[in-house]
Amino acid sequence: MVSSAVSDFSSDQTPHSRAVLEGPDIHRALTRIAHEILERTKGADGVVLLGIPTRGATLARRLGDRIERFEGVKIPVGSIDITMYRDDLRLKPARPLGHTELPPDGIDGRIVVLVDDVLYSGRTVRAALDALNDLGRPTAVQLATLVDRGHRELPIRADYVGKNLPTAKSEKVKVYLQETDGRDAVLLMKEDAK
Amino acid sequence: MNRHLISAGDLSRDDALLILDTAEELARVSERSIKKLPTLRGRTVVNLFFEDSTRTRISFEAAAKRLSADVINFSAKGSSVSKGESLKDTALTLEAMGADAVVIRHGASGAPHRLANWVHGSVVNAGDGTHEHPTQALLDAFSMRRRLGALDGRTVTIVGDVLHSRVARSNVLLLATLGADVTLVAPPTLLPVAVDTWPCAVSYDLDAVLPKSDVVMMLRVQKERMNAAYFPSEREYSRRYGLDRDRFAKMPDEAIVMHPGPMNRGMEIAAEVADSPRSTIVEQVANGVTIRMAVLYLLLGGETA
Repeated sequence: MVSSAVSDFSSDQTPHSRAVLEGPDIHRALTRIAHEILERTKGADGVVLLGIPTRGATLARRLGDRIERFEGVKIPVGSIDITMYRDDLRLKPARPLGHTELPPDGIDGRIVVLVDDVLYSGRTVRAALDALNDLGRPTAVQLATLVDRGHRELPIRADYVGKNLPTAKSEKVKVYLQETDGRDAVLLMKEDAK
Repeated sequence: MNRHLISAGDLSRDDALLILDTAEELARVSERSIKKLPTLRGRTVVNLFFEDSTRTRISFEAAAKRLSADVINFSAKGSSVSKGESLKDTALTLEAMGADAVVIRHGASGAPHRLANWVHGSVVNAGDGTHEHPTQALLDAFSMRRRLGALDGRTVTIVGDVLHSRVARSNVLLLATLGADVTLVAPPTLLPVAVDTWPCAVSYDLDAVLPKSDVVMMLRVQKERMNAAYFPSEREYSRRYGLDRDRFAKMPDEAIVMHPGPMNRGMEIAAEVADSPRSTIVEQVANGVTIRMAVLYLLLGGETA
């Protein structure tokens, strides 16, 4: 989502921003989600993890690693770019595309778990459902998110949530991950924070 | 990026790389069973072709349709009105139809530039006279990059009828932007007057250049544009500037052969060279649809001014 795409840390020094999750919290949340996926899907049989770029794809890889460690099963992990399916394309100049990487066996007949960093309006997830529709026919689609910050604009909910974070619409949620940003943290910042 | 794509020279290095990277992602769309994206739903693309061109028109049409745009083919061939007037009248008609983009192929150099002043939508140059053909240069660069990786420092040799070739001019401009070293090889009569101002080297000796080329791009001898005797005979041209088996053997093992098509087999390129696994000629056609999708997406996919 829009609320996550910033990579400098200067902003979290201000009094308007606070860390709601630190590295160990994110670590524990992902571990719990991995266990929940295993439990709900009875051993992750037929599960495919698809992350929404950029940070959702990173989180999907981490979840895949954990599931492999816990149960010794290697489950397919990929990414699904939803840019071409967005409903707000015409509000901004054309955006660069993210990377779509489907597992070699595809998604037909699988249980797809979509992974994103922040669940907000639900519009990104709607776009991802449309994109999935063009890529194959999964038996079921589930949604995992690191942070659910509320304010849904569509009838969409997450199956696995790292942290429910009550926010005001004027606030911003930023997710930093080691692989892309050099550290793990989730920050909540007031809109007027510059 | 600009609102129009008239010249390959208008593209900054960042623009060009953005188009190539976008195309790299879009290439996967052509491999899946549903080859369609909803991105340009409700947008209208007009193909305005004053000159015959089946492959470029079909390529643009396929690209627009894969992005769910509506396509109107406007074949303006045979119009007897003088060029300036007819083009302007046509432009007004397109405006009335609500065209979001006009893809224009015209026999007169500069026609797309004129058109861009008359319509509100984006203008994409699909070849104007002997001037430019930017999407061909982009698809050529894309084909090279897919085979060879980044183009910085690569040596590209463009051989043949440079004088009448809009492909050559667009390629020289784009490849220079992307950091490749370009050498043009042609008989002196088939080089434009101001070629010394182009960002490339010039040679008259194909055999000397071949061993140091990563890419050899053969151009079609455009007989239909030749209004004078530019070389003594086709046989002599073919002997000195054609890519035959012996010359092919002088190229480095990894080097690739390109041709924008349509080919004159046996004239500028031998059949067995054209059909070799190191020839990208068929890939270039598939890559053409992909790169045109990328261009249409980047011009029309976002907000419109």
